[in-house]
Amino acid sequence: MPGLKSIVTLPDFSLSPRIDQVGVEERASRFTKRSIKKESKMNGLKLVLNMIDLTTLEGKDTDGKVKQLCYKAMHPHDALPGVPTVAAVCVYPSMVKVAKKALGDSGIKVASVSTAFPSGQAPKDVKIRDTKFAVSEGADEIDMVISRGKFHAGEYNFVFDEIAAIKEACGDARLKVILETGELGTFDKVRRASDIAMHAGADFIKTSTGKIQPAATMPVTLVMLEAIRDFYYKTGKMIGMKPAGGISKSKLALHYLVMVKEVLGEDWLSNEWFRFGASSLANDVLMQMVKEKTGSYQAANYFSVD
Amino acid sequence: MATKKKIAKSNTIKLKFDTSWSYAPAPESKSAATINKQYDLFINGEWQKPSGNKYFDTINPATEEKLSEIAEASTADVDKAVKAARAAYEKVWKKMPAKERAKYIFRIARMIQEKARELAIIESLDGGKPIRESRDFDVPTAANHFFYYAGWADKLEYAFPNRTTEPLGVAGQIIPWNFPLLMAAWKIAPAIATGNTVVLKPAETTSLTALKLAEIIQESGLPPGVVNIITGAGATGAAIVNHPDINKIAFTGSTDVGKIIQRAIAGTNKKATLELGGKAANIIFEDAPIDQAVEGVINGIYFNQGHVCCAGSRLYVQESVAKEVIRKLKDRLESLIVGDPLDKNTDIGAINSKGQLETIHKYLDIGKKEGAEMYQSSCPVPNKGFWCRPTMFTNVAQSNRIAQEEIFGPVLSVLTFRTDDEVIEKANNSPYGLSAGVWTDKGSKIFNMTRRMRAGVVWANTFNKFDPSSPFGGYKESGFGREGGLHGLSAYVNVV
Repeated sequence: MPGLKSIVTLPDFSLSPRIDQVGVEERASRFTKRSIKKESKMNGLKLVLNMIDLTTLEGKDTDGKVKQLCYKAMHPHDALPGVPTVAAVCVYPSMVKVAKKALGDSGIKVASVSTAFPSGQAPKDVKIRDTKFAVSEGADEIDMVISRGKFHAGEYNFVFDEIAAIKEACGDARLKVILETGELGTFDKVRRASDIAMHAGADFIKTSTGKIQPAATMPVTLVMLEAIRDFYYKTGKMIGMKPAGGISKSKLALHYLVMVKEVLGEDWLSNEWFRFGASSLANDVLMQMVKEKTGSYQAANYFSVD
Repeated sequence: MATKKKIAKSNTIKLKFDTSWSYAPAPESKSAATINKQYDLFINGEWQKPSGNKYFDTINPATEEKLSEIAEASTADVDKAVKAARAAYEKVWKKMPAKERAKYIFRIARMIQEKARELAIIESLDGGKPIRESRDFDVPTAANHFFYYAGWADKLEYAFPNRTTEPLGVAGQIIPWNFPLLMAAWKIAPAIATGNTVVLKPAETTSLTALKLAEIIQESGLPPGVVNIITGAGATGAAIVNHPDINKIAFTGSTDVGKIIQRAIAGTNKKATLELGGKAANIIFEDAPIDQAVEGVINGIYFNQGHVCCAGSRLYVQESVAKEVIRKLKDRLESLIVGDPLDKNTDIGAINSKGQLETIHKYLDIGKKEGAEMYQSSCPVPNKGFWCRPTMFTNVAQSNRIAQEEIFGPVLSVLTFRTDDEVIEKANNSPYGLSAGVWTDKGSKIFNMTRRMRAGVVWANTFNKFDPSSPFGGYKESGFGREGGLHGLSAYVNVV
């Protein structure tokens, strides 16, 4: 077990806790009833911006595109003083070097997807090489995908071993494990996949690649946060959470923050333990921040598109 | 950002819910509601002074500030209201075509929706319940109840196929302080839909929304006397119960008062439905979806500060998961916000009255003396007003008073069990039988348990769900008769 000293014996993953869909959806909607106003809204927006993994994952990505995105990551909106940077820039392995150089010593991390993202349909040694390449290019974080086919076939050991092998290949890079919840089908399976990933060495669990619908939802994220909580109580080890895809509005992002606050509490309310995988969320957050400062909304064209 | 893994020592594993990022106050505006300085009695479609010219104060339990003065109806006033109801019944209401009656009820339902915000604010001001609940539960459910029974008014021949029904006459209705507007809706809607007329008395601590409903009824043009709303305390209620020209008593409240009512009407031909106390068992099996069960338990007991007759106040947890469930309950308690009922973020509001707070404190003392372990959340509570932190007792025995008697507050008693038979026996081992909950992932177990449970409502993998189409009522000392659904119609008609 890489990196885990105090781990208990591995559970039988087919016995992972069952999830009641109606109950989870009801609880998730309760978080949206919280009213976030005034200074708590401003502080929340800053927190959200600082938790964003600014992402570009396209076949047509170029050095130029990535460099521009990195500039945006460091300078989200210079017209407004006191704006934090985002947490990380998330790119394909081939773009890691460019991003690393562009971000320099800004403190912003470079995250790289790997393991034949987004399908994961490649042999294990290819996935390991993919990961090692990204790390050698300078990636601070690796976002891997699990083998959903094997998971559905009930080959939990295969899924587990693969995650453990990628974790080893990561070295010092932090590992985010993408479950692709939109392909798992039930909350029971989301919970089971979360348990497998955490026990196999994930530093973060992440909902989606962003390539499959539905991507992140509040109920799915709640199931994963509760898995993280149970794992923490069992092992003492904190695991991070990253919902990705489909979160493009500040209001929704604040609802996610409420959920983190009320499920896991203070320790998870930083970008070390919680991230948003998003590309268009940043500008909506910036627009809201300007509105909180000035009292009026500005047109979308006042915010840079990268 | 450190990338090194943090491995906490096992004794420091604790979640911290007192976070640096917190919610700013988000109070609903009081100015959106109009409360008169003084309220008279609503008799025969108009506001009438009480014959004794006596008024009593109604206060905001969250601040102890006076909100308004309410008329106290004397025996003479009750008689006047019953006479008005009788006249309206004989001359107008029972003769009116059912579909015409329905129009008025639909109109009342729509007007409740239109005034939803004001009603919610007043409900929270007068009763102490969080605005989130009065806004999202009490008021919309009350409107739904009127809509539902308005639909039945002209379809009674389908409710009772091949039979003819006739209304009972004048119904005397006495409602409690925990869901003032909703209980008024539960009582009035089926009664007038089936052709009866009504004399209704709200609880003395929470009369305001019933009086607002009287304003709505007046504005709706409902014929005078069909619904009369009179205010007062126990003596007024007794005058209604004992009035010779009342055909039916519908009461929701304590079992003690229910017994008094039954004695009072013995030997008369008054019909009655009584919805009384409860001490519901909420049962968590080891194969349950634990996190959702915990949430269900929280909603089951802390909803409306536990002032709910069907509250899940006895939690039975299978021993193999008891530690985990208790830990999760404690964590969840920490994230509940206690405070200003008008704040949109408040989860638990004020205790309804000083008297009720004293009752709750009495039981907290009893629980401690009985050797149960008391746990309360650490949230701050305001200095003024009536407050009780959400409370949980563990290590509770079946013989403890806190496991047997209805507390009617935010107090949960946690007991453990080993087998299905054991928990059925313990759950049924109560003079009450209003509601119960079962949490398990296994469908067959749900049916096995619910069949053997002596309770009027049994929820499976959920709790405290209400719908106008679903009947509600108790077994044993939780009362008799059903409200809601088709069954709710039977309580107001003679089937001939």
